[in-house]
Amino acid sequence: MLRALRSIVARDLRLSLRRRGDVLNHLVFFVIVVTLFPLGVGPEPNLMRIMAPGIVWVAALLAAMLSLQRLFASDYADGTLEQMLISAQPLGLIVVGKIVAHWLMSGLPLTLLAPVLGLQFDLPQQALGVLTLSLLIGTPVLSLIGAVGAALTLGVRGEGVLLALLVLPLYIPVLIFGAGGVAAMANGLGAGPHLSLLGAFLAISCVVAPWAACVALRVAYD
Amino acid sequence: MKATTLEAHADGRGNALLRFAAPQAFFPLAGKMIPWFAALAVVFAVGGLYVSFFVAPTDFQQGESYRVIFIHVPAAWMSMFLYVVMAAWAAFGLILNTRLSGMMASAIAPTGALFTFIALWTGALWGKPTWGTWWVWDARLTSELILLFLYLGFIALTTAIDDPRRAERAGAVLAIVGVINVPIIYFSVKWWNTLHQGASVSLTKAPSMAATMLAGMFLMALAAWMYSFAAALWRVRSIILERERDALWVRERGGGA
Repeated sequence: MLRALRSIVARDLRLSLRRRGDVLNHLVFFVIVVTLFPLGVGPEPNLMRIMAPGIVWVAALLAAMLSLQRLFASDYADGTLEQMLISAQPLGLIVVGKIVAHWLMSGLPLTLLAPVLGLQFDLPQQALGVLTLSLLIGTPVLSLIGAVGAALTLGVRGEGVLLALLVLPLYIPVLIFGAGGVAAMANGLGAGPHLSLLGAFLAISCVVAPWAACVALRVAYD
Repeated sequence: MKATTLEAHADGRGNALLRFAAPQAFFPLAGKMIPWFAALAVVFAVGGLYVSFFVAPTDFQQGESYRVIFIHVPAAWMSMFLYVVMAAWAAFGLILNTRLSGMMASAIAPTGALFTFIALWTGALWGKPTWGTWWVWDARLTSELILLFLYLGFIALTTAIDDPRRAERAGAVLAIVGVINVPIIYFSVKWWNTLHQGASVSLTKAPSMAATMLAGMFLMALAAWMYSFAAALWRVRSIILERERDALWVRERGGGA
């Protein structure tokens, strides 16, 4: 079972590394969105310092959401997904493997890039740490919930916008506590509760999301 | 497969409740119930509006503007309640594979979205005279807005998929994931706001509410319930006709409904 999981992760990683452009595009998108905010709101340093966690988190949410279509769409198009559905390995395992690979190619790079962007907004060092940590805990939740949305919208008319409509409201708790933790740190409250709650979301979505994504995939092939 | 066994039961003596799990059996029953629920809705609404406008006293703090409460609160109750009912039908349909359950979930969604919208709109109208602003990022307002998004997502997903069976089942998964998320969203929004600032705006009114105010609100809530039943049944009848248009019993009706 573990071997199957590892081979799914390795396969998806190799596939996305072959199309490095896709991964890079989402990172560039992330950086551009973050850059737009100072241009739109004005470069006032104090304001920027307050807004930075929210800006980075919103941009991460959007970038993660845009990358969701990679998760199942190409396997759906060439029929690989159908083979996975009827394979001897449990579908849940395959879905988890694909989610892990997706996170390694979207959530993890965003997390690693975030401190640099935080520096642009003059975030203090401690806040940078909390921002990175909150993204590290929070972005897997984005991939997990997103997998449900991606599975539900497979091959549906107007896939992209629909996916955003379904997934973004469900992302709200992650946004609140991800950005909130950094803000609490800046206000001297400590980020512990926020990060713990993010961890709780991660635990819940680890249980619910793969199951829901499996049901959604089976519905798509019904 | 399960659906056919359930419906095979439905044709025989079977369980009386299961009998109506078949769209064919439910269709005339819904037709008979709609006028009753509609009539009750009108009666309760007239009674409720009379109580709320002519019997209930003027609020000593808010004057006449508080009377929005008689529409606002029942609408807010219904908006949350209907989402749970919708998710319950959806789960029921996903587990038991009965055809009617998915249809009921799709039939409830627009009514739920309507009540959510009414709750938000009347809330804004009420907020202007009392708080001096149309909108506050208060926890309750924000979570109600997110609830509207969840309804719209459900409706958008089910209308975007052409195959009705797939649409229903995909919608069911979304509704179930949504209903797990509703309390999480509600509490996170609540903590989000209270972490930043104390509750500056609270919806709780003067300590005790006059009995007549409560009665008006109660009557209006009953009216909202009855309206929801009537509207959902009305819509499910249309959905049944549309889905079963090739079935013999629908053709025998001569297409007119």
